Amino acid sequence: MCLGIPARVVQIDESDLGKVDYLGTRVKTNFALLENIKVGDWVIVHAGFAISKLNEEEARETFSLLREMAEKEAAVDDNKGNKKQNKRKNG
Amino acid sequence: MKELRDKKVIRGLLYEIENRTQALSSSPRIMEVCGTHTMTVHKYGLKNMLEKAGVEMVSGPGCPVCITPNEIHEAAIELVTENENFILTTFGDMTRVPTRKSSLQKAVPAAGSMVKIVYSPRESLEIARSNPEKQVVFFGVGFETTIPAIALTLREAFEKNLANFSILSALWIIPPPLRAIVEAKEIAIDGFLYPGHVSAIIGEKPYQFIAEEYGIPGAIAGFEPSDILLGISSILDQIKEGKATVANEYSRVVRASGNPKALAVMEEMLETKDSYWRGLGLIPQSGLKIKKRYSACDAEIRFNLSIKGGSGDLPGCRCGDVLQGLISPPQCPLFVEKCNPDSPYGPCMVSFEGACFVYYKFNPTLKNKL
Ligand code: SF4
Repeated sequence: MCLGIPARVVQIDESDLGKVDYLGTRVKTNFALLENIKVGDWVIVHAGFAISKLNEEEARETFSLLREMAEKEAAVDDNKGNKKQNKRKNG
Repeated sequence: MKELRDKKVIRGLLYEIENRTQALSSSPRIMEVCGTHTMTVHKYGLKNMLEKAGVEMVSGPGCPVCITPNEIHEAAIELVTENENFILTTFGDMTRVPTRKSSLQKAVPAAGSMVKIVYSPRESLEIARSNPEKQVVFFGVGFETTIPAIALTLREAFEKNLANFSILSALWIIPPPLRAIVEAKEIAIDGFLYPGHVSAIIGEKPYQFIAEEYGIPGAIAGFEPSDILLGISSILDQIKEGKATVANEYSRVVRASGNPKALAVMEEMLETKDSYWRGLGLIPQSGLKIKKRYSACDAEIRFNLSIKGGSGDLPGCRCGDVLQGLISPPQCPLFVEKCNPDSPYGPCMVSFEGACFVYYKFNPTLKNKL
C-alpha cells in the first residue's frame, strides 16, 4: 500500500496536474503536495500523487557508499575463496 | 541506481552486518514495521541471509488493509448491498478481504449499485462527477503515505461542492501502534526499521519517543534490498554503541521534518481519534477522522453508520498475532491449506503487503503442499 515509485516529471499543467515517466510509460500525477516542482525532477509517486522530491545529492552519496561496500566485499570474497579452497583440501 | 540491488553490494553489506552481530551477546530482533519492507525482505531472500548473519527479522503492523478491522469492511459491504444507486470506490486489495458478511468482491450489490476499483483517490471524484444521480463513497484506507492524497481529495470535493461524494475513512498513523507493541511487552524488539514513505510525510521526529523513552534504536529505510541492509547496519551500530536514535538511511527521499505541505493538508482536514487496530486493539490517538466542519463528506455521518469497536475477526484467523509479530505466518494452523492467495481466509493473505501473502508467495516449496 505504501509502495511509491521513483519517476521523472515530464509535464506540468496548471492546477498542479501533470505527468511523470515511469519506465517509459506516462502516468497522470498530481503535484499539489510538493513545492517548486519542475520538468526533469525525480519524484516518488504514490496513489497518483507525488509525495516527495528526490534529493539527487543525497542519492549520489548513498550510491557511492554502496559502491565502496561492493569493493570491500570483493576483497573479502577473495580471502573467503582461498579459505574455502583450503577447507576443501583439508576435508 | 543499480547499486540498490547489486549482488556484490548486498554481500558487502551482509558481511558488515555479520561483523557487527558477532560482537553482540545475542541475535538482535528487528521489526520491519512496513509491509512493503516485508515484501523486499522476502522477495530478495534477505530474511534467510540475515538470519545467517545473526539478525532475526519480524514483521510488524504496517499493512493498512490488514489492520483495518472487519467492522469497517462490513460497513462498506453493507453500504453497497443495502443501498440502491451506490458506487463504492476503493483500492483493489480492499475488495478481497473476507469478513462475516462476505467480501466487497463477492457480495451482491443492490440494484444500480457497484464496487469500483481505483488507483488514486482522485479518480473517485471523476466518478462522482459523471454519475450525479448516484452516491459515490470512496472507502479510503491508508497510513500517512496515502492520507495526504485522501485529504486533498476531500478538500477538492468540499470546495467544489460535490454533493454526491463522501469518504468512508480507515486512516491510521504509524507511531502509536509502535508504542503499543513496546508497551505490551509480549515481544522484545531490539530495533525498528521505520517505513520510508510514511517517513517522507512525517519526518523523523514522530519516532523519537521510541529512542528517548524506551531506548530502542531505529532507522528509516528505503525499499530496495541495499536500503534495508543499510538501515539494519545503522540499528546494529546503535546497539553496539549503546545509544538509541532515529537514523535516516533514506535521505534521498526523507527530509528530517517530512513533507510540510502534506502535513498541512492533513492537519486542515483531519483530526486524531482513538482507533481499533486488528490484533492491537484500541490505541489512543492512532487514527484520523474527518473534521466536523467537513462532515458533509464523511460517509460515516452522512449514512449514519454505526461502526463498532473490536476487530470482528473470523474464527481461527491468527492475523491479529501476525500483525503484532507474535507468530510468523506458518505458525497459523490455517496457513496454506485453508488460507492461501487464491482463497484467502484472513486479510494478511489478501494484501500484497500482508505477511502471510508475502511468506506464501516467496516460498515456492509451500505451493507443493496444496
Ligand atoms: S494464514 Fe490466513 S488465517 Fe492465518 S493468519 Fe494468515 S491470513 Fe490469517
